[in-house]
Amino acid sequence: MLRRAAAPRAAAAARRALSTYPPYAEPAAFDGAKRVEFDVPYELHQLSSAPASFTYVSKAELLDYYTQMYKMRRMEIASDTLYKGKFVKGFCHLYDGQEAICVGMEAACTKKDPSSGKLTNALTGGESLDSLVTSYRDHCHQVARGDTVEAVLSELLGKYKGCAKGKGGSMHMYRANANFFGGNGIVGAQAPIGAGLAFAHKYKEDGGVAFTLYGDGAANQGQLYEAMNMAALWKLPVVFVCENNQYGMGTSKGRSSANSDYYTRGHYIPGIKVDGMNVLNVREATRFAKLHALHNGPLVMEMDTYRYHGHSMSDPGITYRNRDEVASVRKARDPVERAKRYLLELEFATAAELKEVEVAVRSEVDAAVEAAKANELPPAHELYEDIYVGQTKEFFMRGCDMSASRGVYGTTK
Amino acid sequence: MLRPQARRAIGRVSLSRRLSSQVPATAKMTMFAAINDAMRVALATDPRAVVFGEDVAFGGVFRCTMGLLEEFGKERVLNMPINEQGLVGFGIGMAAVGGTAIAEVQFADYIFPAMDQICNEAAKFRYRSGGEFDVGGLTIRAPANAVGHGGHYHSQSPEAYFAHTPGLKVVYPRDAITAKGLLLACIRDRNPCIFFEPKVLYRSSVQEVPTGDFMLPLGKAEVLTEGSDITLVAWGAQVHVMLKAAARAAEEGISVECIDLATILPWDMHTIRDSVRKTGRLVVTHEAPLTAGFGAEICATIQTHCFDSLEAPIARVCGADTPFPLALEKLYLPDELKVYDAIKQAVSY
Ligand SMILES: Cc1ncc(C[n+]2csc(CCOP(=O)(O)OP(=O)(O)O)c2C)c(N)n1
Ligand SMILES: [Mg+2]
Repeated sequence: MLRRAAAPRAAAAARRALSTYPPYAEPAAFDGAKRVEFDVPYELHQLSSAPASFTYVSKAELLDYYTQMYKMRRMEIASDTLYKGKFVKGFCHLYDGQEAICVGMEAACTKKDPSSGKLTNALTGGESLDSLVTSYRDHCHQVARGDTVEAVLSELLGKYKGCAKGKGGSMHMYRANANFFGGNGIVGAQAPIGAGLAFAHKYKEDGGVAFTLYGDGAANQGQLYEAMNMAALWKLPVVFVCENNQYGMGTSKGRSSANSDYYTRGHYIPGIKVDGMNVLNVREATRFAKLHALHNGPLVMEMDTYRYHGHSMSDPGITYRNRDEVASVRKARDPVERAKRYLLELEFATAAELKEVEVAVRSEVDAAVEAAKANELPPAHELYEDIYVGQTKEFFMRGCDMSASRGVYGTTK
Repeated sequence: MLRPQARRAIGRVSLSRRLSSQVPATAKMTMFAAINDAMRVALATDPRAVVFGEDVAFGGVFRCTMGLLEEFGKERVLNMPINEQGLVGFGIGMAAVGGTAIAEVQFADYIFPAMDQICNEAAKFRYRSGGEFDVGGLTIRAPANAVGHGGHYHSQSPEAYFAHTPGLKVVYPRDAITAKGLLLACIRDRNPCIFFEPKVLYRSSVQEVPTGDFMLPLGKAEVLTEGSDITLVAWGAQVHVMLKAAARAAEEGISVECIDLATILPWDMHTIRDSVRKTGRLVVTHEAPLTAGFGAEICATIQTHCFDSLEAPIARVCGADTPFPLALEKLYLPDELKVYDAIKQAVSY
């Protein structure tokens, strides 16, 4: 509900919420944390300051990120297998290769503790205050926002226990209690929606920002630029996140975009290009971006990333790029391996400990696959529900009455 | 599988067509190959013709533009960025100076971002300039209809939205032969045309298609099977559902006249009127939702012209009034049994 924090007490609470966000400062050391330097410099557009090129991370944090990313990787591989086994209903776009983005971003988002209402930055537990809206490539964002692998896979399989009752499928996952406004099938449609979400945060003075994600291909839709203008006009707390995975379907960025430096394409909106394959770098840049959006208005954040799979399951993904290109990214920049290397190098974990984590995640994903397969399909009445609010028996959706009578196909009703 | 009666009828139609058009040579083609062939003929015979759309230089999602880049070059076969509104507007500009703009919108579901350019610009260009300009050289191809698993954004049949816009032509082939003949006719027609391709037929429809220059008339419905008890009307992929239902009814001795409307706008009222005056019964079936689907227009017009001949209420067998569903697609679709049921209801009224 869009209710402004007007009552004095609520307004004070909102100010307190905002005061938990002093302007961006370099990360500080804390107990048990170790310092990590990033290895890819940022590219900046119209920004006089930049995020730090290092961060401090604790064992608990890094292990959490690794576990999440590894789980997402296994989930996408399981989705691939399910699709090939003809279990998946509809189109299916996988996110493997891009996991660091959703995990790193989520780690910098603000969570509300459901019982105390306190705001934290813990990755797991709590509900996200910052809103998020993305494209059809949404499986892992759903998990990052707290949903289970079973709910995601069930949705893929069109099962009633899926996150959208099996009615949305791969491209349409949502999580209202974590402000995840879901996957959009129409390329670019989510950009202005993100501006509207940001306006609501500003109006409510709740300290939240909106992240609206789009691809390098989507960056050429006019709607994005309409959204950017509105956002700049009203200094909305929105971050336009370009997940640049180098291709929009079969078209490489240089063939679709006159300017493929997407971080500069907000023109009058500042921008930053970030190594989207390093979860810690994504986290630090997002922390900066969130504060920038709250204090100064919109920002474009380009995530340099890569998708391993083809565009969707019907695209083998090797006709417009070669296997070597995919293999070399896997070898040099894989985001999951990267996090694992950090854990080992920082001596936060031994290889044996990580093996245990991996085994546990694998069995969680395997169990989710079996559960999703066993779940029920949606019942027939779901065809005509969720179309309008308050649909009653009298409010008849024509053509939906399956009984064999004269009016069935709409001659009388 | 088509029942023998339907199969014979289709055979008759294509035979008569072959005789009327000076026995052209034919080649076995899928529907996507036939569409490809139509564009190849257009590019070869019209130096102003240009093909463009998302990924079309690589052949497009459904392979309809395969080989065109290699044959006609990158000045005439353009890969578009993802911007439907922009690409249709681009085609309008090209057509306004006499170009032949053949645009592909990757799925009919993605035509909505271009709705403004189609309905406000293309459709009204001639009228608002008092006939000084037109964009007759514009044709927009878009894959439409269900595929069994497409869900919300790969399944819709948006013809009725465009049928509500005077100035456009809206056309649906039912197979490889009609796809070639009607597409080439659209490309050469001097009005902006939208050509909806039933995507489920791209590979499954395989026919002996006339090679070389071959056009079929726009604005003309085609009687596929002659009958005396009831008239059925459909277009696009639904034609095949209609034919199966008709064959099922024929086994019970019901004589069904099946008509493929083919052009939705401007539609061939006369062929349907004459048929309903003869049979006294009409069932219209389409995949798009019932309410305000194009079937409504047909029913309203036919009851005006055939009121005295009608033996039963006109029935519509359509998609349900829901978004196109991912789950429960079978329930949503106006399948063979639903059409058959409507035939039975009408003849026993
Ligand atoms: C309006 C619209 N046009 C076309 C499509 C078909 N389509 C789906 S995804 C896609 C490519 C998008 O590429 P990008 O934005 O880079 O995102 P990525 O798939 O790489 O994540 C296209 C053309 C669509 N879904 N919506
Ligand atoms: Mg991309």
